[in-house]
Amino acid sequence: MSRYVTQRLLMMIPTLLGVAILVFLMLRLMGGDPVEVMLRGDGANVSQAVIEAERIRLGLDRPIVVQFGKWLGGMMTGDFGVSMWTGNRVSHEIASRLPLSIQVALMATLLAVLIAIPAGTLSALYKDTWIDQLIRVVSIAGLGIPSFWLGMIIILVLLSVFQWHPPVTFTPLFENPRENLSQLIWPALAVGYRYSAVATRMMRSTLLEVLQEDYIRTARAKGVQERLVVLRHALSNAMLPVVTVVGLEFAFLIGGLVVTELRAA
Amino acid sequence: MYFRQAALAVAMALAAAAAPAAAQTPKPGGILTFAVSAEPPNLDCHAQTSFAFIHPVRPHYSTLLKFDGAKYPEVTGDLAESWTISPDGLTFTFKLRPNVKFHDGSAFTSQDIKATYERLRDPPQGVRSLRAESYQDIAAMETPDPHTVVFRLSRPNASMLANFASPWDCVYSAAKLKEDPRFPERNILGTGPFTFVEHQAGSHWVGKKFDGYFEQGKPYLDGYRAVFMSGAPMVNALAAGQVLAEFRGHSPADRDRLMQTLGDKAQVLESPWVCNLAVNFNTTKKPFDDARVRRALSLAIDRWAGAQALQKIAFVRHVGGVLRPGYDLATPDQELEKLPGFSRDIKASRTEARRLLKEAGHENLSFKLTNRTVAMPYTPVGVFLIDQWRQIGLNVQHEQLETRLYLAAQQRGNPTYDASLDFSCDFMDEPNLQLLKYLSADRSALNYSGYIDRTLDDLYDRQSGELDKGKRASLVREFESHLFQEAPVVPAIWWHRIVVVHKQLKGWNITPSHYVGQELTDVWLDR
Repeated sequence: MSRYVTQRLLMMIPTLLGVAILVFLMLRLMGGDPVEVMLRGDGANVSQAVIEAERIRLGLDRPIVVQFGKWLGGMMTGDFGVSMWTGNRVSHEIASRLPLSIQVALMATLLAVLIAIPAGTLSALYKDTWIDQLIRVVSIAGLGIPSFWLGMIIILVLLSVFQWHPPVTFTPLFENPRENLSQLIWPALAVGYRYSAVATRMMRSTLLEVLQEDYIRTARAKGVQERLVVLRHALSNAMLPVVTVVGLEFAFLIGGLVVTELRAA
Repeated sequence: MYFRQAALAVAMALAAAAAPAAAQTPKPGGILTFAVSAEPPNLDCHAQTSFAFIHPVRPHYSTLLKFDGAKYPEVTGDLAESWTISPDGLTFTFKLRPNVKFHDGSAFTSQDIKATYERLRDPPQGVRSLRAESYQDIAAMETPDPHTVVFRLSRPNASMLANFASPWDCVYSAAKLKEDPRFPERNILGTGPFTFVEHQAGSHWVGKKFDGYFEQGKPYLDGYRAVFMSGAPMVNALAAGQVLAEFRGHSPADRDRLMQTLGDKAQVLESPWVCNLAVNFNTTKKPFDDARVRRALSLAIDRWAGAQALQKIAFVRHVGGVLRPGYDLATPDQELEKLPGFSRDIKASRTEARRLLKEAGHENLSFKLTNRTVAMPYTPVGVFLIDQWRQIGLNVQHEQLETRLYLAAQQRGNPTYDASLDFSCDFMDEPNLQLLKYLSADRSALNYSGYIDRTLDDLYDRQSGELDKGKRASLVREFESHLFQEAPVVPAIWWHRIVVVHKQLKGWNITPSHYVGQELTDVWLDR
């Protein structure tokens, strides 16, 4: 086992290096000059001398290999560098925003799990009935609706129907839990809906699969109550792929939540 | 003509509707919450170009002079109590207010003004001063006493007084700059009406009333909270009354939606805007190296009809030359209509355009219009231009690029575009600023067309040093006439600023610039 883990960890090195090179090169090969965008993006008349000086200050005048080496060296030592835009440490920029993203991701995950497990179970147990059809339609809609759009619709409905709008500035959870939750529940709901759709479909299909297994048939043959068959034997085994999906989605949320946060916050 | 006059009358009436606010007795207290649609990148005024910086940060600082929001473009004293200008225009003497304190309690003196303008004019190593060129005519600065500062210029500069009112020229503490010239990048320390409280990245910026502010009884507000939000969430928050204003500007559709929701709780303030869209032609590329082709393309644009149609869907409205319509030195409509591309007889203009294209051998020209992916107002104006050119038989493709790629396509030295929709926004009406973009490529960083035109350069220099307003206006007309004949860059349409504010917000005046009038000193809440 330890050999397997070591092997997998060692394989991560070329993968991460490849991703690093790809990301770095993609940004450079995309064309355009970040300094131009930064200083002239608003139409300001900034002289070429100022642009050049800024490029030198940021090290963008150096060969791309040198820039990459410096960036990679920094990354390996935990130094993400300095933001060209704000002048602050990148680690500081991430750290100041991460708690909010983590909170929304956790709330979305909780919502998704609370919806997906019962919904997926009901859907599997009542396969091809109206209950199953309804849950499948709702979950397919969840997959099809972009979270950022749903976020905007939720806010618009709150505003036009209830004449209420969530707080506009962020309040930390431990400072005022009620205000914090009344703001973050909406992006969590928008993201959690899509998330629950993925998990519901996974729950349904794995439970259906498990319910066909021999040991389930044996349990039923032995006269075990259907409730116990489902809860004790089928669900616990069907949960494994669902837990994997939930884990993967959570990681995805940490990186991709920003759009929904912006649209719904 | 009638429509334009009516539009201006409506704008004036709308602005006048705000006037009674000034007549009311201000009520002290309250926190103003307003939206800002982007976030300030760092804290140094001298290194910024964005309104996203000005709106939350400006209330912490004072400047030597400032624009009077109610009487724009008049300037008034901020840290300066009074000033004199020598008859030759070369010496500016400012008497500074006594008893002014920085937010840390230290006293403000003329040394602080000197240190600030030295930093602006000749930034030390590692410091960015984006408007250093505006102060190159300052030959010397003297501080005969703690409350007097004298600027001596090397040549007359018609824009110098207005430059001293620039909202970007925050006055810093000389002592702090001496310790660290980059101190303002990380710290807020001004003499303005509000002290800095906190900046929560991605969320908000908070300022608190400065009890030691030099104007007795001001500011009226206890504080302010700038909330970073844009697009639909910002409009929703305005509709819900969670923010009382967004000071940059709204689209006509957002204005209408807000007014429908808010009814008499809000008011619309409108003004012409010191921002315009212009068409650049890449003169380093055939056939745009031929002035006949460029002029033909300008002649084909029906700006007057376009302005009427576009104002319904975008925040553009005014037809003008190189200066904002309505500004003192701008060319009046009657004269403007005689210039190529500005005639009201569009049929005759397009006949001439076809003739010029035929003469140049490009009757069936196909090219690309490079534009930004920013919807408002770039997309509708880009579509409009393409339609105008289609009407003289040309085939134009609309290429919309993200800002980074858009700027890259116009890269100096290696421009790849054919024609592009360019924009400019200045903090004040001033030929020295608005004409800069039309100077030769070796003089202007904003010249993306790549041409060299010494006639324009010479006219620019002459108007810049001309202190007689009438003579300066003539030089600007000459500049404009020459530019429109050559047409390497032609103005397309000027923007129109629309701001919706809740009626309880008083003491704020709309101006043609979204960079000025944001000190919040006179703003109060009628609750």
